[in-house]
Amino acid sequence: MAILYGQITTNKPVTAISSTGNSRIVEYRLMIDIEKNRPIILDRRIHANFRARSKRWRGTVVEIHLRGSYAQAMPKVLEYLKQTAMVNPYANIIFVDPRGRLYKFDRTVEKMPPPPKEINPHPYGVDVETIQRIIRATKERDMLGFMRRHFHRVGEKTARDFLKKAGIPKDTNPKSLRPEEIVNLVKKMREYEGFLPPEADCLSPLGEDLLRAGVMKELEPEFVAVHQRKPSAYSGHPFIVEVAIAYGGKVPAKDDILLYRFANRIPLVYDESGDVCWKIVRSINWRRYNVSPSMPFAVIIHVCSTKIPYKTLGKEILADQPEVSREIINGIREVARQLARYISRKERVRRQVRRLTVFSRYLPKIAQFSAELAGREKPPDISKLYKRRQVFKDFVTSDDYVDSEVFDSRLYNVVLVHIKNKHEENPAVVKVLGLKGSRWEILIPESALTSGSEIYETLKGKYEAIKVQAKSLKPNMESLLDAYVDGISE
Amino acid sequence: MTYKRNNARTVDLKSIVQKKLEEMGARFCTEINRGMFPTVRMKSRSTDNIFYSQKHRQYILGDRTVTRSSRNIAHLRPFTQMVWTAYFVHELLRQKKTSTLRDVYYSAQAYDIFFKDQSESDNIITDLETAIEHSRESFNVFPEERSAVFGDLTIQYTVPGYENRRMNLSSHPDGVMIGPALTDARFIETSADKVIVIEKGAMFTRFVEERVYEKFNAILIYTAGQAPRSTRYFIRRLNRELDLPVYIFSDADPWGMHIAMVIISGSANAAHLRELTTPDAKWAGVWASDIIDYKLPSEKLNERDLKRLKELKVDPRYNDDLWQKQIDIFMKLKKKCELEAFSRYGLTHIVDRYLPERLKELGA
Repeated sequence: MAILYGQITTNKPVTAISSTGNSRIVEYRLMIDIEKNRPIILDRRIHANFRARSKRWRGTVVEIHLRGSYAQAMPKVLEYLKQTAMVNPYANIIFVDPRGRLYKFDRTVEKMPPPPKEINPHPYGVDVETIQRIIRATKERDMLGFMRRHFHRVGEKTARDFLKKAGIPKDTNPKSLRPEEIVNLVKKMREYEGFLPPEADCLSPLGEDLLRAGVMKELEPEFVAVHQRKPSAYSGHPFIVEVAIAYGGKVPAKDDILLYRFANRIPLVYDESGDVCWKIVRSINWRRYNVSPSMPFAVIIHVCSTKIPYKTLGKEILADQPEVSREIINGIREVARQLARYISRKERVRRQVRRLTVFSRYLPKIAQFSAELAGREKPPDISKLYKRRQVFKDFVTSDDYVDSEVFDSRLYNVVLVHIKNKHEENPAVVKVLGLKGSRWEILIPESALTSGSEIYETLKGKYEAIKVQAKSLKPNMESLLDAYVDGISE
Repeated sequence: MTYKRNNARTVDLKSIVQKKLEEMGARFCTEINRGMFPTVRMKSRSTDNIFYSQKHRQYILGDRTVTRSSRNIAHLRPFTQMVWTAYFVHELLRQKKTSTLRDVYYSAQAYDIFFKDQSESDNIITDLETAIEHSRESFNVFPEERSAVFGDLTIQYTVPGYENRRMNLSSHPDGVMIGPALTDARFIETSADKVIVIEKGAMFTRFVEERVYEKFNAILIYTAGQAPRSTRYFIRRLNRELDLPVYIFSDADPWGMHIAMVIISGSANAAHLRELTTPDAKWAGVWASDIIDYKLPSEKLNERDLKRLKELKVDPRYNDDLWQKQIDIFMKLKKKCELEAFSRYGLTHIVDRYLPERLKELGA
């Protein structure tokens, strides 16, 4: 598409240079014969790669010239690159724009998703044109071999059964099929129910880890939930839907939901409102998940398929293919549930912190004025009702775990731990333990605490004492911690 | 002239209140030391717990109670505010100082106690009244508004710096302001045999000028519209301690009627208190029937007046022949008039003719 656009606006050829890391580097200069939809090779060169295997260059360079109004297209171009970076977190993207400005999107992961495998077409997904093409190329002499060799997930048994049900003799030479017999074959293939669903290893989804990394990198949210649906198929085309939700942090709060759409790792940046994804996102009752569209959150939908169900030739919007839509809905529901859990947990902690603030502010005053009212010199001891203790104060972590002071929690029903990493850059690792009998049980498992971040957690269960343990995340990178334990008796 | 001495045993209300406050503080200390969150129980002041009592002839609170607990996060702030308020008024009592609602609101800030506006602090003071079952005047928080009294009544101050000093309330022709000092003063003796309460300042001055206190042997009180609580308390004391009948003169309209009624039977807002009413006081005028009988210049009742009359008609405090009859006449006439309307017949007409006739009619 880009090559075609370059050619019709500048009439300049495309240059492609590529090597898979063997001894040759191939360079082509091409134009497209638009009428025949075929390449016109202007120039072809073979360059020698380095001899030493380790020094050999590998990669692909494609050079095209195109004319366009950058002033107009700039926001979309940058958005396109940002979104591309989001679903390709293993790629370094460098862009120098026509005004000479440099944009860099750095990789944050080194891993790439596994490359897709090549497969035959699935019988449910072929049309007459495809069958004719296969027949022209096939070396098979009978229908049984034809079915087995050229179609995905068709074995001996399935092929026999299908041909029998379709009423096609198994020793018919495929090349002898007349046009109306080919039409009939396609029809029977669609009607036959015995074909196994297509496998998804021909697809190249991002995977949950990479999607998470990409979203974290480009949106910098406070929370992200990702979910990859199980492979599924529509009309013989396998597909996988991947969904993510990003919340808070640098995700902007807009009047409406922020939606990012991707098809086979390509951002779809135009005509959002015509897309089935948009319809689905709008149809979801977000209030059920404790979120309203005006909150800062973004929905990311990636559809991966051998045939993306595009609605238009422009390949910008997805059509409402029921099987795909269902997977998108279920995927969004799953991540929305995770978000709802995150928000309600955060809300619980916020309420708890507010409670503690109120207790710590008012109880000492009640004690003070009650004592003065009663003519007593010393105010009563409120620590049986509420106690706050700083167990780590400006604590400098080392490479091994160090215990904090111990908080006696016997009197309190509600205990809350608050740990803060005050260091400017270095992360720490912390855990929280509770004493039961004579054993320290882990209440908050080992968690990394990055610079400036905090843990607020209400501890469940009844323990005699509470302590925090902390160490540096990486050797010789000490961090600085404060930790408090609060107890309320209720 | 016969002098009446005050023989009523004056109970030292202030020291009772002071003791109650101290007990409250001591209880909280004990509870906290035992690891219990302190609580306060008081009668509910919500409208569904306010009832009219025929026996007390005022609104009273029912049996429903509310508990305010320092365990409850939503109660903690008002609880603290109340403990502070208790502490603050206890200090007032201890140092024999007085304050006002507004003053209390500002004083809180010095103790790092925060009220978001005065209505919040006023509410807390009402809570404290309810909890210890005494009015705020008994813990030295007095209203801002001041009314006045004039007449032959000798009082003796109890406030610091004036202890045992005596004064006669006829010593100043503008009347003596009913402030904290007078509210707490002891009544020593009087030659008066009645109390006349007047809503309007102009009429109060006229009554003093026309020597009503002498001609009718009365103590005159000017309420300046709706009587402040300390004035209601003062009228009650005159009635209770000196056994003086009380006659109230207000404008002939629903609002004037209600000024008289609040002195007699109190308001629903003060249903938690028993020290502010004078059930035996009488509304002496101006009645709706007086508009006809005395041919008084009048104005038409407006929509608001009529709406108010309908409310009063069904108000349990107005369930009495005189009140009901006057309300009916108002509704029929659709007219109202002010105390000053008598001036149409000359400045002294109200004193020379109306007052003696009315007092006679009421058996004074």
